[in-house]
Amino acid sequence: MTYLPPTPSHTVGPFYGYALPFPGGGDIAPVEHPGTVTLHGYVYDGAGEPVPDAIVEFWQAGPDGSLAGAPGSMRRDPVTGGFLGRDGVRFTGFGRVPTDADGHYTVRTLPPGAPLVPYISVCVFARGLTHHLFTRAYLAEGPDALLASLTPERRATLIARPEPNRDRTHRFDIRLQGEEETVFLDFG
Amino acid sequence: MTLTQSDIDGELAEIRAGYAKARAAGAPAAHHPPRDFPPYRSSLLRHPKQPLVAVDADPETVELSGPVFGHTDVTELDHDLTRQHAGEPLGERITVSGRLLDSAGRPVRGQLVELWQANASGRYAHQRDQHPAPLDPNFTGVGRVLTGDDGSYSFTTIKPGAYPWRNHENAWRPAHIHFSLFGSAFTQRLVTQMYFPGDPLFAYDPILQSVTDDAARARLVAAYDHSLSRPEWSLGYRWDIVLDGPSATWIEEGR
Ligand SMILES: [Fe+2]
Repeated sequence: MTYLPPTPSHTVGPFYGYALPFPGGGDIAPVEHPGTVTLHGYVYDGAGEPVPDAIVEFWQAGPDGSLAGAPGSMRRDPVTGGFLGRDGVRFTGFGRVPTDADGHYTVRTLPPGAPLVPYISVCVFARGLTHHLFTRAYLAEGPDALLASLTPERRATLIARPEPNRDRTHRFDIRLQGEEETVFLDFG
Repeated sequence: MTLTQSDIDGELAEIRAGYAKARAAGAPAAHHPPRDFPPYRSSLLRHPKQPLVAVDADPETVELSGPVFGHTDVTELDHDLTRQHAGEPLGERITVSGRLLDSAGRPVRGQLVELWQANASGRYAHQRDQHPAPLDPNFTGVGRVLTGDDGSYSFTTIKPGAYPWRNHENAWRPAHIHFSLFGSAFTQRLVTQMYFPGDPLFAYDPILQSVTDDAARARLVAAYDHSLSRPEWSLGYRWDIVLDGPSATWIEEGR
């Protein structure tokens, strides 16, 4: 069978900001959907400093468990060339959010209907990161092969903790290096 | 102490020698740059020290599927970066064309290709780019397109300029275009940069040189293709892109 060696990865660099982010990139849930959950957190470097020039992508199953996704995450206006935002109905399953000056990101989404122990797949890009990193934000704990394979300390880095004082809000920080370094994944 | 180009050159030579030695001892080719690459100073605090955790993909694995895009997500003009403003941008008009393939050589169809780049003077339309080169009111430097049924894509743009950065004293990036690619699976996600053949800055650039393997690095360089040049109009470059990472089809076919 043919095997083509891959095109190597490169850092996203510092100047993606006018190209990759799009309005509503973090609003995966249809607007004002009562089932909306908020996932938010900070990206930190190995010195514990926030990373203000990361861009984080999210991919997940729909509330019905479907992994088919849908177009329309970055709907465009053919008249002005600008962005229209999502159509407010379809669930595309995809989000993209640049970190702000505090290294913070927020996405609003619907809890994935699959797998049994639901998680949102997370892909991190940043200036200084030569090759993106995958991780997972688990919205609950339970029987899951990846979680089971980790020590409790490492496992804890993948759990998006419900915040006690905020309704339907989960905190998921991403530590690129050092103490409590996030578990990053290799799919082979 | 100012970090000089010769400091960087020394570090790069050492890394290359180490890689050559490992290869001679039977190590597999490294297709991607290591995340820990000290000559690129910004990588120092931004790479994990723990090894990645291998995931045994099964049909439940969310990452074996991925986001989809459609004609709602691009406009007719997005692939032509020279027609997004009232006037024509300055610079050498080029077309960049190629195919998006998976590692089995199959076309990635109907997927989103995004690109961004500096203008002909080496300046990004980004507030944080302080390089004292002129902005071009007729050039933003952002493009998008969906691949065709054969995985093909094509952009019309201008050749970006080289630009300085602050990795070390007198650091310059070779001219490049940033690309963002999606496959059929999220595992195939790729962000990378395309270079132009014969650029004298290649050897000095720790970002390009972070890909230590010669053959892998060569895959980041487009080919000038005279058959893609258009008379009295533009110069043509060909650049095929190959995604790795397992996909649902790859699992179904038992690799
Ligand atoms: Fe760049």
